[in-house]
Amino acid sequence: MINRHRLETLSEPVLEWVIRLCGISAIIFVFGIFFFVFREGADFLFRGLDLVEFFTSPEWYPTSVSHKRYGVLALIAGTASVTVLAMVIAVPFGLGAAIFVSEFCGPKLKETFKIIIELLAAIPSVVWGFIGLTIMNEMIIDLFNAPIGLTVLNGGIILALMSVPIIVSIGEDALKAVPDSYREAAEALGASRWQVIYRVLLPAAKNGLLAAVLLGVARAIGETMAVLMATGHAVKIPHSLLDSVRTLTATIAAELGEAPVHSDHYQVLFIIGVLLFSITFAVNLTADLVVKGIRQK
Amino acid sequence: MRDDDKKIEISNLRVTYGEKEALKGISLDVYENEILSIIGPAQSGKTTLLKVINRTIDLVPDAKVQGTAKVDGENVRDVKSVYQLRRKIGMVFPLPVGLPLSIYDNVAFAPRAAGIRNRKDLDAIVEHCLQQAALWDEVKDRLDSLGTRLSGGQQQRLTIARALSHQPEILCLDEFSIAVDPVTTMRIEDVLKELRSQVTIILVTNLVQQARRLADRTAFLLNGELIEIDINEVIFSDSPANQMTYDYVSGTFG
Repeated sequence: MINRHRLETLSEPVLEWVIRLCGISAIIFVFGIFFFVFREGADFLFRGLDLVEFFTSPEWYPTSVSHKRYGVLALIAGTASVTVLAMVIAVPFGLGAAIFVSEFCGPKLKETFKIIIELLAAIPSVVWGFIGLTIMNEMIIDLFNAPIGLTVLNGGIILALMSVPIIVSIGEDALKAVPDSYREAAEALGASRWQVIYRVLLPAAKNGLLAAVLLGVARAIGETMAVLMATGHAVKIPHSLLDSVRTLTATIAAELGEAPVHSDHYQVLFIIGVLLFSITFAVNLTADLVVKGIRQK
Repeated sequence: MRDDDKKIEISNLRVTYGEKEALKGISLDVYENEILSIIGPAQSGKTTLLKVINRTIDLVPDAKVQGTAKVDGENVRDVKSVYQLRRKIGMVFPLPVGLPLSIYDNVAFAPRAAGIRNRKDLDAIVEHCLQQAALWDEVKDRLDSLGTRLSGGQQQRLTIARALSHQPEILCLDEFSIAVDPVTTMRIEDVLKELRSQVTIILVTNLVQQARRLADRTAFLLNGELIEIDINEVIFSDSPANQMTYDYVSGTFG
């Protein structure tokens, strides 16, 4: 008895510390990643990089012999256009599907749906890129009579298809977490199915739904291989959905292997990494503040 | 005896959940502007009866209903719009279910669902209902704060205000005092007494004394069967028709 008691008093603080370490390690990893990415590019960032040119010039010629230019505006425009298009498609479809799966389908259909959606989420991104490169490419050429099908449209649709399963499964979890008593109370007040959904369920699940959308956005911004294959990899600011673009992520993936270690080019690619990191951070932070704002009201 | 005043007519109502029989063929009437209390131990089918009347039984996947339940002479299973039916019936649940909305929006929920948009009308309804539920004075300065932040007793009065907000003709209360302190219970009981002149009230309760205090008539349900229904003077006398009623009411059993 006494031994057991002593063991418990000993194990409690140990466990507490193990858990605390796990929590702290997450923070350390995030800062660690940021630090090492930043360190690789820091030298050039402070020594030679013209930040104004970096952000405002669409000219990306890192390997030009006569005049190297490092402008990422076109790359940012590429990432932004593909991401925005993907979200315009994926958010309504994803949330709609989440509502359908959670509120309108029978238990059997629901199981089938969830399995299919999880399968969809498990498809490797290179396979999606392959679909973009072959099937979607031909479809866009045929449908729009375009010279090339590797475009913003192609990449946006592929990214949307990749984000939808995430939005559906997390969104469905959020809706499932709304207590049934809310549904019952609202129905007893004479509300129709739709009124229950948009008056009660959506407000009650809004944090979870926002998280679902954000994870979708994060996936779209961070996705590399699929967009590299589907968007045509041309550095330019798109003027229509049928223009080819190149994204920030695809640039890093395609060029890092070629750039001599510690060259200016190599360092700029790491600075792009820091930029990507900051964008995702800003998206998450905004979302956090929005959610907090809603909660306080 | 008072056939014209029948608000609800239940006849030979049988409800099963899968294998389990919750109501075994009961028949009873509820008259206009009375308080009918339904007493009985847990699992006797009291809540099921309420669910049949406002058809939220539809939401229970494996429930099967036989027999008829009529509201205003119309079988609830044949009504044109189930939402119209539910708006006729106010429902208060055992644990207060504050919808995750502001106090104002909680009460304005049903009127809005019924299509009332005018802010002035909504304001009037909200104030009137909160006053009826004896909650107005406590919350009038913070109508915009979340309903779920109120105390348990306040939340239960909020759900009563909400149940009154669509001007129901029938008010069903399912063991409303379970999560409420005795003082608040007494306040709500006073509210119910005042409402008696306007609505028909069905009061499902575990508290025999509450039934005795409030009701005009009382029905005693046991294991899905209606043991006895009569005016309170008979049920709570020394000689109700059934010995089990006497035992339950006097506390010998149950």
